[in-house]
Order: sequence, then C-alpha cells, then structure tokens
Amino acid sequence: MSGEISPFLSWCLVLALIMLFMAFALTVLRVLRGPTKGDRIVAIDLFGVLAVAFIALFTLYQSRIVFLDAAIALALVAFFGTVAYARLMEKQAAEKLAPTREAENEHG
Amino acid sequence: MNMAEHLHQALVGLLAVGGAFFCLVAALGVVRLPDALTRMHASSKAGALGCGMVLVAVALFFPGIDVLARAIAAILFLLLSTPVAAHMIGRAIYASEPPDSVIAPYDELRGSADDPAVRMRQAHAKGAEKHAAQPPSAKIRTGDVT
Repeated sequence: MSGEISPFLSWCLVLALIMLFMAFALTVLRVLRGPTKGDRIVAIDLFGVLAVAFIALFTLYQSRIVFLDAAIALALVAFFGTVAYARLMEKQAAEKLAPTREAENEHG
Repeated sequence: MNMAEHLHQALVGLLAVGGAFFCLVAALGVVRLPDALTRMHASSKAGALGCGMVLVAVALFFPGIDVLARAIAAILFLLLSTPVAAHMIGRAIYASEPPDSVIAPYDELRGSADDPAVRMRQAHAKGAEKHAAQPPSAKIRTGDVT
C-alpha cells in the first residue's frame, strides 16, 4: 500500500522497533556473557530470528515489499548456520564423552 | 482515510507490536533463565511466535497475492526450521553437559542408541572396521610377524 500510514500505525511501528532493539541488546548480552558454548549458539539462533522480524518490521516501516525477500533468505541462512554450529558442537562433545560413557556401560 | 482503512491499519499495528513483544519475551528468557536447555526452550517458542506475528502483519498490510505468498512461505519456513534447530541445539547441549539428575531424574537418552556418545562410538567402530578391512595384506603380514 503506497497510501498514507495512520498515526496509530506509525506509533505502533516505532514502539515495536524499540522493543525489538531491546531484544537485540539482551541477545547480544547473552552471546557475550554465555558461560557455555550452548548458550552462545542459542543466542545466535535467536539473533537470526530477531533479524528476520526486524526486516519484516522495516518492510512495514518503509512500505516497500522488496525487503521481504531478504527476510526469507536470511531465515534460510541463519537456520543453516545454527545447524552447522550445533552439529560441530555435538560431535566435539560426544568425542570427549565417549570413553567415559563406555566405561559406565561396562560397569552397569 | 475512511473507517475501514483505520481499522485495518490498527490491526496491523497491534500485530506488529504483539510480535515485537514476544521477541522481547524470548530475549528476556534467554537472558534470565537458569541454564542452556531452558534458554533454548524460551528462544525457540517465543521467538518463532513473535517473528510469525510480525510476518502476519506484513501479509495483512500490503494488498496483493504476491506479498501474501511470500509471507506465508516465510512463516512456513520459520515453523519448519525453528523446531529442527532447537532439537539440534538441545542434542548438542545434552552431549556437552548432561542435565542435572535432580531436575531430570529419568534420562532415557543416556546409554540408548540415540545418545550422542553412543552414536559417536558406533561411528568410530564402523570406521575402524572399514580401516582394518581396507589393507588385508598389511594385516596378514603383521599376523605373520607376531
């Protein structure tokens, strides 16, 4: 819609963007502070989802449809990144854990 | 602008604010909850809901079937990918630090065929078998020597 945006909608969009920026700040805090690797992967995954939501809000804010394609592409790439990182972490952790778990099974 | 357009834009605005609110809830959960598994839980559910609501707002705001199709594709993709990503992260967290036995007294994954450590061991065993089967001559020779 290239028509005018009502004052209520523009107010809502500004409020939503402020809330989203607060969410971004909290997520970055968890990425920086996260005590374990898993916490950081969770926060990076959430960061990708928040970025998709931000692009969708920006599409509304600018009233331009083209940005929506970027949101879809970003969702795809963020998902692949998360899966790759999680698989790597699982492999490393399982390699470290396998000998102890083997001994445990032989005992019980 | 007439009344219908005002109502339409109000609905879009409320959906956008609601979506951003749920995104904020997800981020708060990631910061405030006590351990990695609960943080994963917060981020996957609330994050997907918030992002989906914002995408629904976009689909309602613009007229035309192309925007609708793109928004629905994005929402479907989000609903497909977020649980898969959460599952993978959950497995990775489980492999690195098994959950507290007081909070989770029954752990049926531990030692079962799907346990990451058991899978890793089986993969190693299979790899060793293949490795041993590949050069048969070398194997025979070492047997002769000893």
